[in-house]
Amino acid sequence: MSEVKSVPRTEASADAVKRESPGGSFLRQRLQQSLAFGTLIVLLAFFSLASGNFFTWTNISGILLSTAVIGILAFGTTLVIITSGIDLSIGTGMTLCSVVTGLLLVNLQLPLFIGVLGGIATGALMGLINGLNVSILKLPPFIATLAMMLIAQGLALVLSGVRPIYFSKVQGFKDIALGQLIPGLPNAVLILVLTGIAAYLVLGKTLLGRYIFAIGSNEEATKISGVNTGKWKILVYTVAGIFTGVAGVVIAARLDSAQPQLGSGYELQAIAAVIIGGTSLLGGRGSVLGTLIGALIMSVLINGLRIMSVQTEWQTVVVGIVILVAVFTDSLRRRREA
Amino acid sequence: MKLGKKALAAGVLAAALSLTACGGSGSATPSGGGDGGTPYVAMISKGFQHQFWQAVKKGAEDKAKELNVKITFEGPAAETEVDSQLQMLQAAIDKKPTAIAYAALDPEACVPAIEQAKAANIPVVQFDAGCKSDYPVNLAKTNSMDAGAMAADHMAELIGKSGEIAVVGHSQINSTGVERRDGFLNEMKAKYPDIKVVDVQYGDGDHLKSADIAKAMIQGHPNLKGLYGTNEGSAVGIVNAVTELGLKPGKLTVIGFDSGKAQLDAIRSGLMAGAITQDPIGMGAATVQAAIDASKGKSMPKVTDTPFYWYDKTNMDDAKIAAVLYQ
Repeated sequence: MSEVKSVPRTEASADAVKRESPGGSFLRQRLQQSLAFGTLIVLLAFFSLASGNFFTWTNISGILLSTAVIGILAFGTTLVIITSGIDLSIGTGMTLCSVVTGLLLVNLQLPLFIGVLGGIATGALMGLINGLNVSILKLPPFIATLAMMLIAQGLALVLSGVRPIYFSKVQGFKDIALGQLIPGLPNAVLILVLTGIAAYLVLGKTLLGRYIFAIGSNEEATKISGVNTGKWKILVYTVAGIFTGVAGVVIAARLDSAQPQLGSGYELQAIAAVIIGGTSLLGGRGSVLGTLIGALIMSVLINGLRIMSVQTEWQTVVVGIVILVAVFTDSLRRRREA
Repeated sequence: MKLGKKALAAGVLAAALSLTACGGSGSATPSGGGDGGTPYVAMISKGFQHQFWQAVKKGAEDKAKELNVKITFEGPAAETEVDSQLQMLQAAIDKKPTAIAYAALDPEACVPAIEQAKAANIPVVQFDAGCKSDYPVNLAKTNSMDAGAMAADHMAELIGKSGEIAVVGHSQINSTGVERRDGFLNEMKAKYPDIKVVDVQYGDGDHLKSADIAKAMIQGHPNLKGLYGTNEGSAVGIVNAVTELGLKPGKLTVIGFDSGKAQLDAIRSGLMAGAITQDPIGMGAATVQAAIDASKGKSMPKVTDTPFYWYDKTNMDDAKIAAVLYQ
């Protein structure tokens, strides 16, 4: 009996060693990305053939704009998921951030940059609390962030007095999302790209990024080798919170209002984008570029189905199937490699 | 629980006082919530987060103050949470209120709970949407089919009775979503053969989702002349789509439902042609009145139609319309 048991354990540890070797994981990531990228190209080609109205600049820029909020949320979550954590508070947390921005700009009539920074700081604060709960109180990330999801949802309603806050009198606020520094391209898309680059740099070029992968691959080993994993995890959740804050400002600017009842469900879309992009829920593996592609796959798919006037209920089914297929192909490929 | 008897005694005393002193104790009771004497109406709504429900709540509270009645107003976080709404209804029955006012999220699921209220001898009145039970005495609701038809007539008039149009709905399940859509579609089919409804999709009343849906519809159907949004979120979503695409005013006729600041602004600026409004404040007031009447055994019609109106730039400042619009 004990012998039988020990076999998979050896395999698992061998796999872990393989995963940690940088060359292997790099190659694997490239493969997963090209797989997801291929899916994206196929979808684009399919919808372009199916409807003459799909591949126009207005529609493509519309797709990019509709990717912005989910994409920014997904970037932050990517960092958390690679540590084998999860953040469920990003959807309603985003809403709380936009409400705080609303209170600062509309109720207190403070300058624009303070409203924006206040919204982002709110996200960072929520992330910090998530991190403390996970690291110090040792709560499972699922529970800690689930609680934060509810707290944020409630606070957004309380602080707003259960009514939307409108920014129509705040000069220039809408332009944060809908202005066009690059003609033809809404600023929200620019922010999507910039936050993507930021997430990419954090993950690829900083110590934090290296520890994110290390914690996700094998937290115990990382700890034994002298890294204060608790501290780094607090930092990861805080950084993810900053992305949530940016998303909160962007959605508020796009809707020109803070809608306090919005946001729940957005976290699942963001997590889906991360997973489609090849980041493993088990941690230790993932990439920002993959997440961007995953988010684009979701919004291209939904936009294309809408343009073809597919019934809403079937759209949901198709998106579900695509997630299944994407994750299944990924696990198949990994099994073959193992 | 320990306080129960004392509170009851105090309540009886207060009731006795108010009978003799004719409202002399009015200033003391409402805030204290005296569970014994003051009639208590438990209102279970479909939700509380949308401005519509907040307006219903306001109407109910004002009426309650006027009648010197205590009310509570609660509803689930989302209008899909049939189950948690039933738990609220159950809890309300357990509190043995003077009357229950209920807005059914699902017409069938509520039947057993309503039977329990009947067994406990608590009168039930309903607002907005009814339960398939004979027990409730009154239902104060807007005839959503007729309201949808009214939206269709205005849309037809505005686009010259021909062309392609589409609908951004807020629900394919709950009764207001279904009836506002069907009232609209049926009227189009029956009266305007040259108008073609090319698409109906649902954005759950989510502003962002509805905006993306409307944009895709406009992309997918370049000849689209009109869009109808069946609630505030859907309608404002369409307006956002039109703004984001930078369409010239008048290229697309937008018709909405309910009010809210963004929608009122859009109508004032001409981005939206007009919208249907219900009278949520009146609905809240009528419901509390009906609940108190029911507790006194007064007879009343099974259904009270609460009014709805078409409003646009020309009449939105009229006293009658302005009174039912909410920011």
